Amino acid sequence: MSGHDSKYFSTTKKGEIPELKEELNTQYKDKRKDAVKKVIAAMTVGKDVSSLFTDVVNCMQTENLELKKLVYLYLINYAKSQPDLAILAVNTFVKDSQDPNPLIRALAVRTMGCIRVDKITEYLCDPLQRCLKDDDPYVRKTAAICVAKLHDINAELVEDRGFLESLKDLISDNNPMVVANAVAALAEIQDNSARPIFEITSHTLSKLLTALNECTEWGQVFILDALSRYKAADALEAENIVERVTPRLQHANCAVVLSAVKMILQQMEMITSTDVVRNLCKKMAPPLVTLLSAEPELQYVALRNINLIVQRRPTILAHEIKVFFCKYNDPIYVKMEKLEIMIKLASDRNIDQVLLEFKEYATEVDVDFVRKAVRAIGRCAIKLERAAERCISVLLELIKIKVNYVVQEAIIVIKDIFRRYPNTYESIIATLCESLDTLDEPEAKASMIWIIGEYAERIDNADELLESFLESFPEEPAQVQLQLLTATVKLFLKKPTEGPQQMIQVVLNNATMETDNPDLRDRAYIYWRLLSTDPEAAKDVVLAEKPVISDDSNQLDPSLLDELLANIATLSSVYHKPPETFVTRVKTAAQTTEDDENAEGSEAGYSESSAHTADGAASPPTSASNVPYAGARQPAPAPSTSPPAALVPDLMGDLLGMDNSAMVPVDQPSTPASPPLPVLLPAATGQGLQISAQLTGQDGQIFYSILFENNSQIPLDGFMIQFNKNSFGLAAAGPLQIPQLLPGTSAATLLPMALFQNMSAGPPSSLLQVAVKNNQQPVWYFNDKISMHVFFTEDGRMERGSFLETWRSLPDSNEVSKDFPGITVNGVEATLDQLAASNMFFIAKRKHATQDVFYFSARMPRGITFLTELTTVIGTPGIKCAIKTPNPEMAGLFFEAIETLLKG
Amino acid sequence: MPVAASAVYFLNLRGDVLINRLYRDDVGGNMVDAFRTHIMQTKELGTCPVRQIGGCSFFYMRISNVYIVIVVSSNANVACAFKFVVEAVALFKSYFGGAFDEDAIRNNFVLIYELLDEIMDFGYPQNLSPEILKLYITQEGVRSPFSSKPTDKPVPNATLQVTGAVGWRREGLVYKKNEVFLDIVESVNLLMSSKGNVLRCDVTGKVLMKCFLSGMPDLKLGLNDKIGLEKESQLKSRPAKRLPVAIFMSVSLTWSLNMLLCSGKTIELDDVTFHQCVNLTRFNSEKTVSFVPPDGEFELMKYRITEGVNLPFRVLPTIKELGRTRMEVNVKVKSVFGAKMFALGVVIKIPVPKQTAKTSFQVSSGRAKYNAAIDCIVWKIRKFPGQTEPTMSAEVELISTMTEKKSWTRPPIQMEFQVPMFTASGLRVRFLKVWEKSGYNTVEWVRYITKAGSYEIRC
Repeated sequence: MSGHDSKYFSTTKKGEIPELKEELNTQYKDKRKDAVKKVIAAMTVGKDVSSLFTDVVNCMQTENLELKKLVYLYLINYAKSQPDLAILAVNTFVKDSQDPNPLIRALAVRTMGCIRVDKITEYLCDPLQRCLKDDDPYVRKTAAICVAKLHDINAELVEDRGFLESLKDLISDNNPMVVANAVAALAEIQDNSARPIFEITSHTLSKLLTALNECTEWGQVFILDALSRYKAADALEAENIVERVTPRLQHANCAVVLSAVKMILQQMEMITSTDVVRNLCKKMAPPLVTLLSAEPELQYVALRNINLIVQRRPTILAHEIKVFFCKYNDPIYVKMEKLEIMIKLASDRNIDQVLLEFKEYATEVDVDFVRKAVRAIGRCAIKLERAAERCISVLLELIKIKVNYVVQEAIIVIKDIFRRYPNTYESIIATLCESLDTLDEPEAKASMIWIIGEYAERIDNADELLESFLESFPEEPAQVQLQLLTATVKLFLKKPTEGPQQMIQVVLNNATMETDNPDLRDRAYIYWRLLSTDPEAAKDVVLAEKPVISDDSNQLDPSLLDELLANIATLSSVYHKPPETFVTRVKTAAQTTEDDENAEGSEAGYSESSAHTADGAASPPTSASNVPYAGARQPAPAPSTSPPAALVPDLMGDLLGMDNSAMVPVDQPSTPASPPLPVLLPAATGQGLQISAQLTGQDGQIFYSILFENNSQIPLDGFMIQFNKNSFGLAAAGPLQIPQLLPGTSAATLLPMALFQNMSAGPPSSLLQVAVKNNQQPVWYFNDKISMHVFFTEDGRMERGSFLETWRSLPDSNEVSKDFPGITVNGVEATLDQLAASNMFFIAKRKHATQDVFYFSARMPRGITFLTELTTVIGTPGIKCAIKTPNPEMAGLFFEAIETLLKG
Repeated sequence: MPVAASAVYFLNLRGDVLINRLYRDDVGGNMVDAFRTHIMQTKELGTCPVRQIGGCSFFYMRISNVYIVIVVSSNANVACAFKFVVEAVALFKSYFGGAFDEDAIRNNFVLIYELLDEIMDFGYPQNLSPEILKLYITQEGVRSPFSSKPTDKPVPNATLQVTGAVGWRREGLVYKKNEVFLDIVESVNLLMSSKGNVLRCDVTGKVLMKCFLSGMPDLKLGLNDKIGLEKESQLKSRPAKRLPVAIFMSVSLTWSLNMLLCSGKTIELDDVTFHQCVNLTRFNSEKTVSFVPPDGEFELMKYRITEGVNLPFRVLPTIKELGRTRMEVNVKVKSVFGAKMFALGVVIKIPVPKQTAKTSFQVSSGRAKYNAAIDCIVWKIRKFPGQTEPTMSAEVELISTMTEKKSWTRPPIQMEFQVPMFTASGLRVRFLKVWEKSGYNTVEWVRYITKAGSYEIRC
C-alpha cells in the first residue's frame, strides 16, 4: 500500500522553477496538484521555492482537501519570507474558517495560528472567536491550542479580545479532548506570564480529575502535568487526589505513568499518615519497574527520573535492585544509569549480590563502563561500613587481573576508602605499590602519590617510590605535581632524614622556579616558609587529621531535588538541572521581577556549592593543603619573574571550551569581522616592522590589502612598494599611501592592482615577490602566494546552454582533474553561496548514484574561462574536481584557489 | 510543560533531511545542522539519546535507517516526546503497510506531512489512533475503510470520533461472524550465573487481541491472577463462561484449547498496564478488565511477573581453557516443560574468543556452526521436545597472539526459543465476556506462546 511520492523528488534538467510555475498555473486539476507536490518535495530537500509564492497561493481555492493541506503547509514555511504576499491568502483562510466541513474550519484556524505574520494575525481573531464556540468539538479543540499560539505571537491581543475567558470556559466543555487541549493551552500561557491566569481551584481540580478517565492518553498527560502544580489544602485532600490519580499508574503509555508519579509524589509531601505513604510507595514500585521494559530511550528517561525518586523515597525500590542489573545488550547510556541506581540501592542486605554484578561488569568490553563499575565498588565501600572489607577484596581481585585502566580506577577509589576508614586497611598498600609503574593517568598517579605521602611512615621505601616520580616532575600534569609536592613535604616531616631533605629541595626548587602554574608555586612557597620558620607548625598543618569523608557524589541538594521532582518526565529531570539553567526563553509579559532574579541567583549559588562538595570528596589529597592557605596568605613571597599570563587564557579557554562545544552559532549569522591578514614579514625579521597582506577582489577590482605595524622604537615614513615579475603580471596600479608610522601604531591600506603589466615567462606559478622600503630601514623582501580566485570576474556567469556547448567544444586534452580527499561539503547552500561570493557561478547539479555533481563557471580577465565539475558525497570527506579550460597550464593554480575556497 | 516538540526531523543515516516539520517558532530551521555536526558526525552518536546543544535540546531515536530527531528549547516533557515518536512510527507503519524506512518516507512524504499536521499541534500530541485517522486522512493506496473509491469528502462524523470518549473505535462496524482472537505472548528474561544461580528472572507478557466484532461491544476479561480472583469471589460474580473448544491450525502455530481452565492455580502479577481502551478506574476498584476494544489488532495489556516463573530451559555450560591455544566447551540444555510439548526455533549462541582458529563439535541433536562474525558457536535445534537434554561438546583452537594484554571477557551464552502452548508465568485466560446491545454470539479463541526475551547464562 506504499505510495510513490519519490518521483516528485526527481528533477528536470531544464529550469525547474519556471517549469513548476507553468504547471502550477495549468487548468488541469491533477497536474496542478502534482505541481504543488513537486514544490513541497523541493521545499523538503531544502531548495528555495519561495519565488512561487503567488502561484502556489492561487491553488488554495480548491475543494480538494489534500491539495489545500499542501498549500497550507507551503504557507507555513514561506509566509514569513513573503509577508506582503501572504495577505493574498487571508481571504481564503477567513472563508475556510466558515466552511460547512469542520475539518476545513479547524485546518484554517490551525494553519493561521502557525503563520507569524502580523497581517495574518490581525485577521485571525474573528475566526478564532467563532471557532472557540463552534458546535464541533474537533474545531474547538483546535481553537483552544490556537489561543496559545496567538498568545505566543501577541499576548496583548489575547487578553484584549477576551480569549482567556473563552479558554477557561472550555475547561467545562463536555468533550474531554477539548478540555485537555484547553488545559494545555492555559498551562502554557501561565508559564509565559507573570500574573496569575490559570489558577487551579479545588473545583477545577475535581472536574479535571473526572475528565482524566475519558481523555486520550496525551490529554491525560496535559491534565496531570497541569495539576501537579496544585497544592492540596490538607492531608485529607491530598489523599483524595492521590486516590483518584493512582489508577493512571496502570496506563500503557509511560508518559502518563510518569506524570501520575509526579503528581502522587507532590501530594505525598502533604500526607501525614505513614501507612498511606507506605502503601503509596508500594503501589508506585511496580509501574516504575515496568518502565524498564520500554524502548531504550524511554528507559533512559525513566532511569534518570528513578534516580531522583530514590533519593527522596529510598524505600520505593529498596527491594527491586535486581531489575537494575545490566543486560549484556543494554545500550551504554542505560547501563551507566542503572549502575548509578544500583549504588543508591545497595545495602547491607544485598551488597554481596551487587558486588558480584559489579565484578562481572568490570570485565566487560566498554572501557567507560568498566571504570564506572570499579568506581561503584569503591563508592559502596564508602557507603556501607560493614561491607567495606568485601568491597576491598573485590577491588584487589580486580587489580590482580592487571588490566591497566581497571588498576588505575581501583587505586583512585581505594584512596577514597582510606580517607573514609583511616588506619583500617593500610595492609593492602604493598599490593598497590606493585602496580606503581603501570600508572599513566594523572588522577591515578596523584592518588597513588597521596597514598604514599599519607602513609610514608609505614612504607619502608616511600622515599624511593617518590623519588622515582620526581625525575619527571616538570613534565607531570598539575594535579600530579601538587600531590608530589605535598607528599614530599609529608615524607620529610615524618622522616626528617637526609634523603627526604634533598628531595624536598629539588621539589621546592622545581615548584617555585621552573613552573608557571600559580597554584603550584603558591603552595610551594607556603610550605617553604612554614618549614623554614616553624617545622612544628608545619607538622600541625600538613599532618593535621583530616575529616572523614562520605559518599555524597551524585547526591543532590534537597531543595534542588524538590524542584527536579516537581519536573518529573521533563528535560529538567533528565539533565538533573533546574529549567532556568537551560531554557533561554524569556517570559513575555513585563516580569523582570526581582523574584525571578533571586531565584536564579540562588540556583547558581547552590549548584556551585554542590560542585564543591563533590570535588572535596573526589580529591581529598588537596584538602590536606587547603588548610594552611587561609592563614599564610599575607605577604606575597618574592614577586615572581613574569605573571603566568599563559595560564589565564588557557583556563578561560577551558572554561569556555566546555560551553563552546555546546554552543552553535546558528541564530546569529556567523560572519565574524574579516579574518586577520596573514603575516608576511614578521616583526622579528623586519626590525620591528610587521607587514601582513593579502590579495582581495572587490567589485571587480583587485586590491592588495596591506597592514603595516610599527613595533620598532623609531617613527617610519616614506613607504614604497614594488612587485617582481609574476605569472599574472600583477603590479601596483597606484602609489602606496602610508603616512608616517609612529612607534606602536599601525596603518592599513588597499592598494589597487593591475593585471598583465610585467608578465614573467615560464610555467605559471602562484609566487608573488614583494619589496617594501622606507626611509629608515633597509629594503624588505617577502613572498606572497597569489590565490587565483581573486581574479574571477563577475561576468563569469554562463547560461546552461553555452556552458554545455563550451564544455563540448573543448578537447578532452584540456580536461584536468584533481582530488581533495580531506575536504567535506556539508551544506550545499552554504558552499554554493561561498563560491558565488568569489564569482564561481553555479550552473547545474545532478545526482550520480550517491554522489552529487555540481557544475560551475568562472572567468578571468582576458577571457580565460574555467568550467568546473565538482563531484562529492554531501557530508563525507572527499571532493573530485575536474576542469575544462582553454588554458590548461593554469589548472594547478586554479586547483590551489578552489581548495582555499572550499576550505572556506 | 507537556509540550513534546518544537520541531521534528526525519534524517537518513547521512544526515539528509527526509522530512521535517516545525511546530513552534522557538527553534531555528537550521538547528538540525547542529545535530549533524555535534552528534551524528562525532562519537556522541548513540551515547546518550538526550543532548543539549546551545539553547536547544535534541531527543533522537533510530528506527531502521532513519533518525527521528525532536528539537525543543523549553523544558519539554521528554517521556511524552519519545512516546510520541514510538506511536507515530507505529501509525506510519500502519499506513504504509509494514516497513518504516528511508524509502517509505520518500514514497509517502505527502501523507506524512498530512499526518504530522494532524497528530501534533503546536507541539502537543493529538489523537494518534490509526483506526480513527484513517477515517479522514486517506491517500492514494490508503483508502477509507468505508468506501472503495477515494473520497475527498470526509466521513461526516469523523470529527466526533477523533475527539470522542471512545477515540479508538468507529461506530457502525458490521461483521457476519463475530470473533475474538486472544494471544498471550510471554518473553522470559533470565540472567543466570555460571554456577546456575538465577540472578534475575522475570516474565513480561502481552495480551494481544484481534477483534472482529460488530457494533460497540463491551468486553470483560478474566485471568487466573490472584487479586482478580479474590475480588471476584468477594463480588460473587456469575460463574465463568467456558470458552469454546476448537482446533484451528495456523501456519506456524496451533491455537490451543484452553485446557487448564479452572485448574485452580493462581498467579500473582507484579504489574499490569493497559491499552487506553481499558477503564482504569474500574480496574482499580473492581479488579476487572473491562473495555470497548478498537477494531482489528491491538495490544490489550502488558504484565510482569517475577515470582514463580517456570523456566522452560536450563543451560549447563562448562568451558575449560586448556593452555593458551585450546578450549573445551561443553553445553547441556535441558527442557523442563511437559514431555508432550515442544519448543521451536531454539538457538543457543555460545561465545568463543575472537582469535578462534578452528572449531570442531559434536551435537546430540540439531546442528552447530561457528559464526566468526559474532564470535559464537551457534547451535540450532528446530524442534525441541520437552523433558530432554541434548548436549554439545566442542573443541576450539585459538591463534596464540602476542598482544594478550587483556584476557577474554567471556560474554554470556544467549538463547532464543519459542514454546507454544506454554506460559512461563502460568497465566491463563479464564473467561472473555462480550456484551453488545444486539446480543449476538461471539466465538473466542485463545493461544499461548512463550518466547525468549534476553535469556542469558554467564559462563
